[in-house]
Amino acid sequence: MSSETLAAGGAAPSVERQRRKAGKGAAKQLLGILGIIGFLATWELIPRLGLIDERFLPPASEVIAALVVDFGLTAFWVAVGETMKAWFLGLLMAVAAAVLLGFIIGSSEFLRKATNSTIEFLRPIPSVALIPLAVLLFGVKIESSLLLIVYASFWQVLIQVLYGVADVDMVANNTARTYGLGRMARIRYVVFPTALPYLMTGVRLAAAVALVLAITAELVIGSPGLGREIALAQSGGAISGMYALVLATGLIGVLINMLMRQIEKRILGWHSSIRSEVIV
Amino acid sequence: MRTARNIGYILGLPVLLVLVWWVSTLGSVNFFVPKPADLVETFGEVWFGDRFFSDVLPSLGRLVVGVAVAILIGVVGGVLIGSVRWLRSLLEPTLEFFRAIPPPVLVPVLMLLMGITDSMKVMVIISGCVWPVLLNTIEGVRAVDPVLSDSAHTYGISGWARVRYLVLPSASPQIMAGVRQSLSLGLILMVISEMFASSSGLGFTIVQFQRSFAIPEMWSGIVVLGLLGVAMSFIFQWAERNILRWYHGQKEVENAA
Repeated sequence: MSSETLAAGGAAPSVERQRRKAGKGAAKQLLGILGIIGFLATWELIPRLGLIDERFLPPASEVIAALVVDFGLTAFWVAVGETMKAWFLGLLMAVAAAVLLGFIIGSSEFLRKATNSTIEFLRPIPSVALIPLAVLLFGVKIESSLLLIVYASFWQVLIQVLYGVADVDMVANNTARTYGLGRMARIRYVVFPTALPYLMTGVRLAAAVALVLAITAELVIGSPGLGREIALAQSGGAISGMYALVLATGLIGVLINMLMRQIEKRILGWHSSIRSEVIV
Repeated sequence: MRTARNIGYILGLPVLLVLVWWVSTLGSVNFFVPKPADLVETFGEVWFGDRFFSDVLPSLGRLVVGVAVAILIGVVGGVLIGSVRWLRSLLEPTLEFFRAIPPPVLVPVLMLLMGITDSMKVMVIISGCVWPVLLNTIEGVRAVDPVLSDSAHTYGISGWARVRYLVLPSASPQIMAGVRQSLSLGLILMVISEMFASSSGLGFTIVQFQRSFAIPEMWSGIVVLGLLGVAMSFIFQWAERNILRWYHGQKEVENAA
């Protein structure tokens, strides 16, 4: 991508600017790393100086050591696997259902109006309200996590798809119709590309929400995964272990964010919102 | 005629759904699904009594305090970090990491640090809700229109006046987007903190009903949480319309042009 941009920019000044920008970027990264080191140092010092009891907040070095030990344990990776499985399956089901319903509802004026009040009412219901129901229906199995994840992520995606489908350019749509494109062909070549950026935004938001709900379900209900390990470590007094697992969930969150951004970039490479980001 | 049709659009599907629910539970005695009439009756009995004062109001109080403090910290911190470039570069990766931690895992951590107290629950709400507001404010402050910024500079507007009349208004659409996220997060955290470790409050009561297999009561609790979510969403929309009236007006003009 960057070589293309260079070729497009062509002249020397832009190369110069790019180099200066790269320098600035490196300085920024350095500061960022400094910030992380500073945070870890503060964390290390607070218990060491006795501001908070070491039993309740172990120093950073101890927690990181515990995390490294975790990395070598099968049980840790099994828990991570369970969490990721619930996350992925839940997200997949939510996105599939939301895309299907979103395109059906969005393409009809009547359906859009008729469902609006119901959607606006159901959407803000916090998915944690379903926890008791999940426990009754599924107990501590993965289905409990899935119920919460699907409910929470479904609305994120559905709303975005509805916006996206409503955003279709009438001129483009009428042009397609004039050229004799059928309903399916118009959905494929006009509606779908218009809605795709919205859909990707929805999926990105839903991916973050799905992780929160996966961990929540494990923590509160006790379905298998990292959340349950955290609750167990806390009640068992393995405090460094608990902090290590919290760090691990944060790392997974960061990885998921990065992954979703990459996927968005890959899929929407043709779209101006991404391309302008690359050029400027 | 038009209003009648609009009312039809708004009420049609909900009425239909309730009818389906009513008809499908008419003959059956499904243990998990209460009849609509039973649910309404239980709802009144359970929630319009002592419980309203002993469980609902304290929960709401914690939620309001937590979210308000989180918004305050988020906006003040965001303006500060967003205006100072080196500070932003220094803190951004760390803050991104904190945002990526799923907030519910803070419940056991804070329980350990603070014990099971009211202030722990408020702290859970604050420490979960602060990130969306903080990071959105930073983003909004950073994206202040450079022409406006330079004009303000030329006119010698600086310090508090600059924050009040330039930075906050330009960042407010972004800030409101953050507030919206943290409101729904706050409700979730309120419920979780009470489910995980508490002896009172909405979350605790609902779990208690579920554990004692008081199914209609449990459903009525779910309905309460749902209504709370809906009410918060309406209040937010109303507030946003008022605070961002100028912004929506501007958007309309831009779109019309």
